[in-house]
Amino acid sequence: MNHITPASDQNALSADRPRRYAYVTPFVDVQTADDGFVLQAEMPGVSKTGIEVTVENGDLILVGHRESLDTSGDPVYLERRPADYRRVYELDPSIDTSRISARIDQGILTVTLPKAESVKPRKIALD
Amino acid sequence: MNIIRYESYPTLSNAFDRLAALREDMDRLFDSPFGSFFRTPGSLRNWSPALDVYETKDDFTVVVELPGLKKEAIDVSLHGDILTVSGERKADEKKEGQGFRTERFYGSFQRTVTLPAAVDAKKVKASYKDGILKVVLPKAEEAKPKQIEVSVS
Repeated sequence: MNHITPASDQNALSADRPRRYAYVTPFVDVQTADDGFVLQAEMPGVSKTGIEVTVENGDLILVGHRESLDTSGDPVYLERRPADYRRVYELDPSIDTSRISARIDQGILTVTLPKAESVKPRKIALD
Repeated sequence: MNIIRYESYPTLSNAFDRLAALREDMDRLFDSPFGSFFRTPGSLRNWSPALDVYETKDDFTVVVELPGLKKEAIDVSLHGDILTVSGERKADEKKEGQGFRTERFYGSFQRTVTLPAAVDAKKVKASYKDGILKVVLPKAEEAKPKQIEVSVS
């Protein structure tokens, strides 16, 4: 079974884990294919320097630090949340972690997770 | 003042989509990007990008979160003191035989803001960077605060 699931350990209490309410969960689209997965996470306000993509213990951790806007003035009406973005995914073991790549464009973080060559479906020829 | 956003509800399509989306939303309840109150499932909502409005004595700044758009796809227009930001984002085509799980919104959006004071339409500037649209609207001269001398006789 191939899947990426959100890790349930965001609830874990740990001294070195950031506190949950300091982060906001970004929307993510997941596209699956035979040769891997592509994630697209919405992180408006994050530029290339603010992205942290980490693979740790089979988890993929996406963090986006927002740039502070150079807006002056008093807030009249606020809907945006000022928190940074964070989302954790449990990686399917078939993913080749050394070939994970990421890029960001206009606030969309695209992470490509290719599967290892050996697990791609192969046709077996009949003798 | 605590402002609750208005969210519109299109007609229901697939009951199973609703249940699946509801399950995911329950898991993310307290980490919602739109606040900690209960949210309707994704398939029931239209795209309503979040916006902030700031005010200085000289201008208003309206900030809208619009990730993943080209600036040609964003329309910013001003009628009097009403600012309208609209546009459309098309979904990538789904390839055959592949799964696609979507949480992001697609389609068209529109947000309208009635500014608290008159603005100078000729001096409005809009920029789009890192998925954030920033519109700076300088106030019209007569709308700027003026100091009034108090004379004591």
